[in-house]
Amino acid sequence: MSLELKHLTHTYSAGSAFESVAIKDVSLTIEDGEFVCIVGHTGSGKSTLVQHFNGLLKPTSGQVLVDGEDMNGKDVDKRRIRQKVGLVFQYPEYQLFEETVAKDIAFGPKNLGLAPEEIDRRVRRAMELVHLDYDKYAERSPFELSGGQMRRVAIAGVLAMEPKVLVLDEPAAGLDPHGRDRILNMIRDLHSQGGVTVVMVSHSMDDCARLATQMVVMSKGELVTTGTPREIFAQQDMMASIGLGVPQAALLCLKLREKGIDLPPDLYTTEEVSRYLLTMWKEASRC
Amino acid sequence: MLKNITMGQYYPVDSWVHRLDPRIKILLTVAMIVAVFLVQSIVGYALVLGFVYLTAYLAKVPFKMLMKGIKPLRFIIVLTFVLNLFFFTDGTPIIAWQFIRITDAGLTQAFHYSLRLIFLVIGTSLLTLTTSPIALSDGIERLFAPLKRFHFPAHELAMMMSIALRFIPTLMEEADKIMKAQMARGADFESGNLLARAKAMVPLLVPLFVSAFRRAGDLAMAMESRCYHGGDQRTRLRVLKLTVNDLYAALGVAGLIVLIVVEGILL
Amino acid sequence: MTDVRIEVQDASFTYDEAPEAAVKDVSLSVKPGEFVAVLGHNGSGKSTLAKLLNALYVPQSGRVLVCGMDTADEKELWNIRQQAGMIFQNPDNQIVATVVQEDVAFGLENIGVPQPEMMPRINAALQAVNMMDFAEHAPHMLSGGQKQRVAIAGILAMEPSVIIADEATAMLDPSGRKDVLDTIRTLNREKGITVVWITHFMEEAAQADRVVVASKGSIVLSGTPREVFSQVDTLRELHLDVPPMTALAHELASAGMPVSSSVMTVDEMTEEVLRLLCPSNSNI
Repeated sequence: MSLELKHLTHTYSAGSAFESVAIKDVSLTIEDGEFVCIVGHTGSGKSTLVQHFNGLLKPTSGQVLVDGEDMNGKDVDKRRIRQKVGLVFQYPEYQLFEETVAKDIAFGPKNLGLAPEEIDRRVRRAMELVHLDYDKYAERSPFELSGGQMRRVAIAGVLAMEPKVLVLDEPAAGLDPHGRDRILNMIRDLHSQGGVTVVMVSHSMDDCARLATQMVVMSKGELVTTGTPREIFAQQDMMASIGLGVPQAALLCLKLREKGIDLPPDLYTTEEVSRYLLTMWKEASRC
Repeated sequence: MLKNITMGQYYPVDSWVHRLDPRIKILLTVAMIVAVFLVQSIVGYALVLGFVYLTAYLAKVPFKMLMKGIKPLRFIIVLTFVLNLFFFTDGTPIIAWQFIRITDAGLTQAFHYSLRLIFLVIGTSLLTLTTSPIALSDGIERLFAPLKRFHFPAHELAMMMSIALRFIPTLMEEADKIMKAQMARGADFESGNLLARAKAMVPLLVPLFVSAFRRAGDLAMAMESRCYHGGDQRTRLRVLKLTVNDLYAALGVAGLIVLIVVEGILL
Repeated sequence: MTDVRIEVQDASFTYDEAPEAAVKDVSLSVKPGEFVAVLGHNGSGKSTLAKLLNALYVPQSGRVLVCGMDTADEKELWNIRQQAGMIFQNPDNQIVATVVQEDVAFGLENIGVPQPEMMPRINAALQAVNMMDFAEHAPHMLSGGQKQRVAIAGILAMEPSVIIADEATAMLDPSGRKDVLDTIRTLNREKGITVVWITHFMEEAAQADRVVVASKGSIVLSGTPREVFSQVDTLRELHLDVPPMTALAHELASAGMPVSSSVMTVDEMTEEVLRLLCPSNSNI
């Protein structure tokens, strides 16, 4: 399933004194099976952008096409499309409301009008996907879980809609390193094993380096560039000019190249750099 | 966006009326409303209307804005009129047809009651349009401060009001976000009958309450760590000072009351 | 005791109905002007420790002294809280007033500062956190980082000798985090305010004078950032991050390349690599 934005512009409070352009003329295609990371500063329009993906916001101008179909077209059933594109907001644990974890996860499927057996199947599957044991947690109150667990329940609630595309707005915000790693590993597994296309808004270049197959760089409401992490992180000057960094490994490569060490210009993970340095050191110490 | 909502109906311009001491404005509003109840004739209402018009002019508040306040209450105003018209049956009948009986006294009473109601609304609108909510809560706290001796919680009330004002925009924004999140899970807040819609609000209201309680807990702790311990021995950044303008305003309202009373006696 | 700002002596604290102590026999002393980071993941007891330092909680055993005052001494409660100001995690939930400068005034009003003294103190505090331009703004229109700086100003106006930050950057974006930490570091350096910085961000702890690592209610590691972060295996066991360059150094070293384990920054790593790969011209 493809998701395509064509010349998307969104203006908040158009025509009033508070008018402000959040995104300007963004065109973008998200292909099936990708793991796309959207990066940019707060106020770069990332969050506004992703709310267009499932029709929660209507473009001021431009189109959002899901499988070639205009999401905001006249006779389009938005709820059917929302089912294809699941959106997980920032701090999603704040949307939990049911008495039990299972009931909360069932909220989405219930709204789809599914049969009870199907709902139950989806709840079990969603819990499995977010690594929550059904027997242990299904009947517990979501409010007595830890922050990280609550967040996983909330994500399960979106997964139970069985979307083709999962959009997450900073899924690791506010979590400690352990919680962050668990959530991100879980999302990585959803992508690699669950066959879900993932779009993730992130502030962390290290997380992008680890997960993304494609990156989208936004600044001041405009799309700056897209490309693989390797292509993006090789452009350190461009990233610096819009106030974004690159992973430290990429920075190290640049500095070493400046000093005449012959490393490829586009390394960006610690593992790669470590491998190259070890090989070079072994060669150097041999002679 | 919900972020841009203005609190209450405060009309933020700088004017002579805006600068008046909130305590004086509260007291004068009460006095003006009392004055309306003393009015006996159409001339009296004209006087009050003139006074309101003058105040609105001095406050740089469009007269339209004042009238807006009446709109949500028009049903009650009409009801007041109709009830008095039909059920006050003393006096000379003007119309008597089957069980309907309208008297001249009933008509007068109906006019009086609905006009009083209208001026009550206009008077309070005038106050809230020209006084920021925070100044209002300040004014109330200080007006009621002498009652502290009788354990009237003047400081606590004002603190509650100001915290509510501080958090309303935050909670509105949060409500907007939760609503969108539930819509992303297929929730429908817009269709269905009244009962269905009320039920649809549960996924919005529960998280909102949970969050409000969490915020309240956090805030209480933050306030405590900043040495908050109630109103005792507390100093204030904002001090209210009466100026000569407050005296003029008081004289203006006193003049209005005198005129109304004199007019009532003469006519 | 003028040489110690904060002295925690074998303090323990257990929440009502909790099976285990949140803070267990912790001892810690913080010198005037020191910037101490307490690093740990959720549930490590670091936030409870923070609340013990501000007399929000009183230890059930052991003692906590703030500027020589025992937090169990109720007479000193307001003095302790004025001396050791605290900023919290959620930027929204600690701002009381509807206008920035009035929020900064809140603490001053509480401790009964005479009205004529307030405005100069408020302005100085807002100036120090670089928020003077926002003095008349409504807090809900500010960014998270700006709100936290307002909260710092509110503490600063009370002229404390210690600022305790309980995960003050956890909910902020990278630029907000940087602004808030830079603000606190400047206050530490220029005004000599002692800082206890509670965090789970390794990058922030790396900027402290001293890092204390908390786990399961106890302090497990303590030392300069360099000493603490070189313990890569221990930190990983505790599910904490290690600076990427330290991690790289650790990896290279375990593969036999003699890289110093105390490397923390890209520049230090560059030097190490140059030293090892081209020993002849390492001084260029």
